[in-house]
Amino acid sequence: MNRSQAKLTAGIDWPVLGMYLALVFIGFLAIFAAEYREGDNVIQNLLSQNKNWARQVLWFGVSIVLATGIWLTDSKFFTATANLFYAFGIMLLLVVLAIGTGVKGSNSWLELGGFRFQPAEFTKLCTALALAKYLSAMETDFTKLRSRLIAVGMVMFPLAIIILQDETGLALVYLAFFLVMYREGLPGVLLVIAFSGIVLVLSALLIDKFILLYIFTGVAALVVYFNRFQIRRNKSRLVVIIAVWAFCASFVMYVVPFVFTNVLKDYQVRRIYVMLGQENDPKATYNTRQSMIAIGSGGLLGKGYLKGTQTRFDFVPEQSTDFIFCTIGEDFGYVGSVFFLGIYVSLLLRIIFIAERQRSTFSRVYAYSVASIIFFHLAINIMMTIGLAPVIGIPLPLVSYGGSSLMTFTMLIFIMLRLDADRQMVLR
Amino acid sequence: MSVFNQSRKRVIQFIMLGTVLVIVSRLFFLQVVETKYSKLADANAHLRKVIYPSRGIVYDRHGRAVMRNEALYDLMVTPINVKNIDTAYMCEILEIEKKEFLRRVQVARNREGPRRPSVFASLLSPDMYGKLQESMYLFQPGFELVQRPVRSYPYGVGANFLGYISEITPGMLGDTSGRYSAYQQGDYIGMTGLERTYEDILMGQRGIQYLVKDNLNRPQGSLEGGIFDTAAVAGKNLRLALDIDLQVLGEKMMAGKIGSIVAIDPQTGGILTMVSGPTFDPNLLAGSYRAKNLGILFTDTVKPMLNRAIQAAYPPGSTFKPITGLIALDEGVITPSFGFPCHGGDGLCGRFSRCTHSNPGHAANMRTALANSCNSYFMHIYRLSVDNKKWGGTKNGQAKWVEYLKAMGLGRRIGVDIPSEAPGVVPDTARMNRVYRGVWNSCSEMYVGMGQGQLILTPMQLANAMCIIANRGWYYIPHFVESIDSDNSDKLKKYKEKHSVAHISNDAFQSVVDGMHDVVTSGTARKAQIEGIEVCGKTGTAENNAVVGGKLVKLKDHSLFVGFAPKDNPKIAIAVVVENAGFGSTYAVPIASILMEKYLTDSISAKRKPVLEQMLAANTFSQEIKNKSKLDSLNSVNYAGAEGAVIMRKILGH
Repeated sequence: MNRSQAKLTAGIDWPVLGMYLALVFIGFLAIFAAEYREGDNVIQNLLSQNKNWARQVLWFGVSIVLATGIWLTDSKFFTATANLFYAFGIMLLLVVLAIGTGVKGSNSWLELGGFRFQPAEFTKLCTALALAKYLSAMETDFTKLRSRLIAVGMVMFPLAIIILQDETGLALVYLAFFLVMYREGLPGVLLVIAFSGIVLVLSALLIDKFILLYIFTGVAALVVYFNRFQIRRNKSRLVVIIAVWAFCASFVMYVVPFVFTNVLKDYQVRRIYVMLGQENDPKATYNTRQSMIAIGSGGLLGKGYLKGTQTRFDFVPEQSTDFIFCTIGEDFGYVGSVFFLGIYVSLLLRIIFIAERQRSTFSRVYAYSVASIIFFHLAINIMMTIGLAPVIGIPLPLVSYGGSSLMTFTMLIFIMLRLDADRQMVLR
Repeated sequence: MSVFNQSRKRVIQFIMLGTVLVIVSRLFFLQVVETKYSKLADANAHLRKVIYPSRGIVYDRHGRAVMRNEALYDLMVTPINVKNIDTAYMCEILEIEKKEFLRRVQVARNREGPRRPSVFASLLSPDMYGKLQESMYLFQPGFELVQRPVRSYPYGVGANFLGYISEITPGMLGDTSGRYSAYQQGDYIGMTGLERTYEDILMGQRGIQYLVKDNLNRPQGSLEGGIFDTAAVAGKNLRLALDIDLQVLGEKMMAGKIGSIVAIDPQTGGILTMVSGPTFDPNLLAGSYRAKNLGILFTDTVKPMLNRAIQAAYPPGSTFKPITGLIALDEGVITPSFGFPCHGGDGLCGRFSRCTHSNPGHAANMRTALANSCNSYFMHIYRLSVDNKKWGGTKNGQAKWVEYLKAMGLGRRIGVDIPSEAPGVVPDTARMNRVYRGVWNSCSEMYVGMGQGQLILTPMQLANAMCIIANRGWYYIPHFVESIDSDNSDKLKKYKEKHSVAHISNDAFQSVVDGMHDVVTSGTARKAQIEGIEVCGKTGTAENNAVVGGKLVKLKDHSLFVGFAPKDNPKIAIAVVVENAGFGSTYAVPIASILMEKYLTDSISAKRKPVLEQMLAANTFSQEIKNKSKLDSLNSVNYAGAEGAVIMRKILGH
């Protein structure tokens, strides 16, 4: 803690800091473009804080204070208090579940003296720290099933509470931690099974279940036929094939229909069908359609900054939060969008690079968590705006308007930068 | 420990890059390949607003506006802003019930949505407008008054030829020829009369303003500072040959009568007046009660919407005799001195035809035969014309004779500049073959020589024929519009071409003109005399029949007069028809004469005032016409309604 003034920035990873600032700045421009009307008095709006972009400036100020605080904190503080963070986060989630303020159908907001705060955002940070702490502990052997179950449990617990808060989108982001656990040794077959599961769900929704049943039976018969010699030698192979066939069949015949009628909410089912192009209800498709019109009308080079008609005239809903990418797509076109995505990809790859150069497991797990969370947000958010994913309300990291989101991602990144700067100090 | 799984870094990088690659390729499709999205965005955000120019004004020959524009007001409502207003007071002003008020707000909400203004009450009466204007502050911001230009007719005359405008019909919009491609639903278009013929000129050029709008369709300002906008250009004004004083006088005199008046300036072909009786006040079809009035007028028994001057055809009777004479002279079968021994009737073609006169020598030459209106003389010279050896056979001769008529604009559409002109009927070969089953000669239709039989003509055709005689052999196509302000198109070209139809000497012409002058000085049209002016004319009393209740009934004769004045240097040619009114001299002559006097001297002499009074007061509606109308189911009209009675009083001038 006795760094001199000259060494204040020592060890900071400049590329990450640069990309962080670039994304926040682009976000500010996009929020401004979404709200600005010709003739608006910019200074007055800024002072009276009655526009999202003006409030975002304030949130950025707060974030910078937080970031500076984190930078000046010893990295040992985070390893020491990781579990405390986790406990605090879970407590906040439970408090919100009990007394949360409803915003657009979810109960995930906490109101504190005029400011609204979404703990589900903040808990991601807590979970990342706790997971890093657990996986880096001397007594943890991640090749053991028990350790794996504990780690999965640590992730699934907040996820379950958030689902109870009706924030399915934010809850889904917690699945990002599986990517981290995969890196730390969770069997790769789990990823394959997860991928197969997604394909299975999609085909169950898209294809008539009896046709699927015939397909499964046919495939199983073929597999049996080609394996008939091995099966003669080893009967258990046949049992496995029949088990897989039975699972797939019952999954599409009973599980998916049950989940869709009894577990998921009507609007969630509708959004999924809309995303799959199966439903043409204009009300359900409005957001996606307007968002695709906005992005599509940008063309190769875009309409120019502040020239987009879709975003400026409120055709796109939630345009300064969840649909902020529309403004970028419309005003800056394909070239601008690809450049923008390029910044993200560079950031993600840089974080992975940083993760791999850590000597401590804690820092590596934590850095992977940051990369995975950002990646999940990015992928789901942008795919939602271009009709590749159902409309799930999660923000675009650092770009979307919102104090909770901006502060959470700032903290996530700066804690990582602090850990990275201290990577030579000790092997944790 | 960490070294174990370092290869998994690659898998994670692969997943991330793969996902972003999917996004990038999807974006490429959306933004670069697919072009529909920019169109959709424009459709979302651009509002094409049409700016309507004011229609052209129509002036008479002395520059007096006879059709102009007046601003009426529509009351517009923006449903979402209707709150905390004195509904009861609004209802009281508009004379509606509270229930109706709520219904209209709901209709507006359904039609345009809650945030856009739509019509609450259209074309307010001046009284309602005045009251609303005073208390508008009570009803804002939910209600506002919006100006809406409508046609107005300061003199309240000329309904039949000025025409009216109304909303374009679905049929016109569906027209595939592209004629109405510039119009959109809800646009107004000239439906009849001059409004229709000169639609493209009167309409002007509509302006288009592009606005950008937000997701609730609220305009947010002009697109790109208005560089795509086109300004509206007002319609061009028309200058007519019409004399509005003459028109007013003519319409007043035709009140209570069925028939029509056409007066033309023979030297230009310009129509000075065109009256069809009974008519109506054109303002009835412009203001607040337009639709209701239109329905009443359309179903009326006396057909006020029919322009009898060009759409009704009558047997011309004796008024046709000058034309019979003219053709015979031009063919050369007679000379002006040709005489015919008529003794009060003659056994032409083995049939006895009565004549008004029986004194010997009353048909000693063309002039006297015209002055005395000798039927036998004109039937005979008709026969001479069609039996002319020159043409080789009666049938060819008849065809040649009809050719003469067509050249004079009879039995065909002349091409006046208002729509719906009727051609009339002439005894051409096809018609003769049909009526006489192919076997006929010059005797068969000899009555056409005296203007009866297979011959019916419109009043305008008769007036145009008078122009030809007045001009000694030529005419211009009759027309209303003499010039169009600041127009250099060739729209009026065909009305500036002189048409020559007779090639006979001035002396020969003089015998016809002198004969017509004698009719006025000493014959049947003595009432047509005007002090100091030499008037030429010819009366006609046309027999006519109608089918009433399935039986052919002989109706009272039509009263006709044709003429022109002054005899030399003619300034006005006129034809007057009063249906079922008896002798030509009873009604048609005085009406024509008063109009000629008014036009030529710009006044009516004191000693003629009683005649004028008599004409204004006369009502010639015959019992037969009324019976016929009541039997005719198409024309059934509801006289019982109070509004019907009001309209009828207006039409009849009571």
